[in-house]
Amino acid sequence: MVRFVMLVPLLIAVIVGGFFLWGLDPDRDPSSIPSVLIAQPAPEFALEPVDGVAVPGFSRADLIGNSGAVVVNVFASWCVPCRAEHAVLTSFVERDGIRLFGINYKDKPKDAAAWLKKMGNPYELIGSDISGRAGIEWGISGVPETFIVGADGTVLFRYVGAVVGKDAIARFSEALAQAGALNEGAS
Amino acid sequence: MIPEIGHFALALALALALIQSVVPMLGASRGNILWMRSARASALGQLFFVTLAFAALMRSFVISDFSVRNVVENSHTLKPMLFKIAGTWGSHEGSLLLWVLILTIFGAGVSIFGTNIPHTFKARTLSVQAWISVGFLSFMLLTSNPFERVFPPALDGDGLNPLLQDVGLALHPPFLYFGYVGFSIVFSFAVAALIEGRIDAAWARWVRPWTLAAWMSLTAGIALGSWWAYYELGWGGWWFWDPVENVSFMPWLLGTALLHSAIVTEKRDAFKSWTILLAILTFSLSLLGTFVVRSGLLTSVHAFAVDPERGLYILMLLTLSIGGSLALFAWRAPMMEAGGLFKPISREAGLLVNNLILAAATGSVLFGTLYPLFLEAITGAKISVGPPFFNAAFIPMMLPLVFVMGLGPFLSWKRADLMGIIQRLKVVAGLAVLATLALWYVTRGGPVLAYLTILLAIWLFFTTLREWAMRIRLFEAPFAESMRRMRHLPRAAHGMTLAHAGVALAMFGFVGSSAFKAEEIVFVKPGAEIAIAGFDLTFEGVQQIRGPNYIADRGVLTVRRNGDFVTVLYPERRGYLVAQSQTTESAIRSTIVGNLFASIGTPAAEDAKDSGAWTLRILYQPLVNFIWFGAGLLILGGGLSLSDRRLRVGAPRRAKQQQRASPVPGE
Repeated sequence: MVRFVMLVPLLIAVIVGGFFLWGLDPDRDPSSIPSVLIAQPAPEFALEPVDGVAVPGFSRADLIGNSGAVVVNVFASWCVPCRAEHAVLTSFVERDGIRLFGINYKDKPKDAAAWLKKMGNPYELIGSDISGRAGIEWGISGVPETFIVGADGTVLFRYVGAVVGKDAIARFSEALAQAGALNEGAS
Repeated sequence: MIPEIGHFALALALALALIQSVVPMLGASRGNILWMRSARASALGQLFFVTLAFAALMRSFVISDFSVRNVVENSHTLKPMLFKIAGTWGSHEGSLLLWVLILTIFGAGVSIFGTNIPHTFKARTLSVQAWISVGFLSFMLLTSNPFERVFPPALDGDGLNPLLQDVGLALHPPFLYFGYVGFSIVFSFAVAALIEGRIDAAWARWVRPWTLAAWMSLTAGIALGSWWAYYELGWGGWWFWDPVENVSFMPWLLGTALLHSAIVTEKRDAFKSWTILLAILTFSLSLLGTFVVRSGLLTSVHAFAVDPERGLYILMLLTLSIGGSLALFAWRAPMMEAGGLFKPISREAGLLVNNLILAAATGSVLFGTLYPLFLEAITGAKISVGPPFFNAAFIPMMLPLVFVMGLGPFLSWKRADLMGIIQRLKVVAGLAVLATLALWYVTRGGPVLAYLTILLAIWLFFTTLREWAMRIRLFEAPFAESMRRMRHLPRAAHGMTLAHAGVALAMFGFVGSSAFKAEEIVFVKPGAEIAIAGFDLTFEGVQQIRGPNYIADRGVLTVRRNGDFVTVLYPERRGYLVAQSQTTESAIRSTIVGNLFASIGTPAAEDAKDSGAWTLRILYQPLVNFIWFGAGLLILGGGLSLSDRRLRVGAPRRAKQQQRASPVPGE
């Protein structure tokens, strides 16, 4: 009996160690939270165009019946990381020929227009989400966030935070390739 | 050239560690005194070479040698010198080097100061210590070389994470590591005792100073860390039950249990296998901390860069050291149980309760910390366990401990006279209840748990003082007699009084700052008035200022109380140019009664900078400084106990006489 009791600490340590071994799987990211939107149809929303920006507004209808997957980016002129991400998204549009739609989240149209004028506008459509209602529908936790939506309007991928830096760009490119959003001819 | 010398010194240290891990152990079993003594030379040699390597790395940081990858990634020419030096241990590789440096300091420390330890036992202990050295030196050389070069050299560095550019945090890792790693030598003592198959009162006395030193350091490290979180992070809290905090807290809890159970082993020759187990587990939890922080196993606000390959190597080290030592324990421990018997009401029983509660509390913190991992492995669900769980599990468990803590010192060994103690303490208990009721009447409201905690804190404080007064017969004997008794009281007894009083004071801080805080989060324009906890604050506006490597928005808040000017608070929001990140510098008016805390947020979403409205967070936390004051008393108490005559080198016999001369508690 005493012998068995003395073995208990070792047994517990072995069991905990087994969990650790499992936890070290390099594909496991403990801070990523799966989005309930993944594999679900894109949420219902309809947004007016941004005043002073020359592209049309953006609604759920624009996400259905496209020829391939498209990218939806939530951005704002007051968001500092968006500024860094802007260059990355622009290069995806120019180099890889992705189709990029924007949701301008809780932003003043005047500021958004000035921001896009200064930085350039890679977006095909931009919806103005002043109330933040569309943001709630999309379940965003902050700005920026980026989604990949399939041709039938199904949400395929969600990226929280700015797609900036080698690792983030690699992950995002891979997701784009899997979704078939990259225009092979253009690269 | 110098980084290569550092690298080479590490390799030499590894070679010495390899020798030390075999030769003294063999010498001890063959009775070869020369082989046993070789441990001294190799332990000092290891210390020398690792110090050399550490100095080499520090030099690279000080002169900003951007041909070393580690310096490029963690330093910058614009950084103040203090943080250049602190950058040495700011990264995974550098902190590992510090880890190993402390490991060798403790090894060399035992080889120099452990003169009262028998040769065979000392040789075995140092060999076990060398096994740990081999593990971590090889880990560093194989996976995390701090001296790796880059070519071509970078023009400037990437900078140290600005959050970490704070004096509290520059000093926090060395203290924390000194504590963490200090338990390694206790572990080595335990494993050597298992190998030798013998543990007695003398063992407990050899181990005690090292346990105390490590424990004091860990206390200081944790206190500094929470101080940093409070003053730098601007969250207005001092403890968040974050996984990384928890993994430093668990060795502290078990180390505290170990300090107390080792007393029983020393005085009564009991609790032997339990003490050994605690020694092994305390260091195991330190290793677990190292593993969790560096493997990316759990998500946390302050984890190092994640590298699964490194994680695998540490897991292997963990398996060998923890698995090996626990297997050895399972094999050898059943052979050495014995020791003095005791009644249910006795000091042994009190310390047993202390140990059980501390161990259970450690278990609950461990479970809460690892639960997200368990759950994800079994069901795939991702959750995080936050303060509500820990507060619900931990606090109710600790409160009975505080009650016993007040009582324990009055209990005598073997069998205590409960009625006599109740007689002595009924006044104290009555006072504590009255004081709590009075406080309840004054403050009106607040959770029941808070008043219960206050009641127990007052109880602990006064029972501790009462016990000390009893020992020196204060007010019972002539004053001169009391003074004489106070001088002759062992320092360990003074140490206990200070440490227990420190816990009571810290408890006042815990309760005051959490249950009785007042908080306002406002979105205001300059000129706005905010009233909180009797203070009237006026938001005067925001200035733009420029620091050495950052620019900041600085809010100006004038504080008045009853119309009289008190102070001006300047909370800042700093933007670091190089690292492109922001930190919050909260402004705090700190007094013994409480802290008035202000922090300024980014302008709210709607591009409010133009309209001039800012988010301000104002917080008043009564008694919060008692937490660090209490921690200071804990450290001071540990220091006094460490300087006790019986632990000093070459004074074991006189120590015994000293004990006989001092009054036995409870008589």
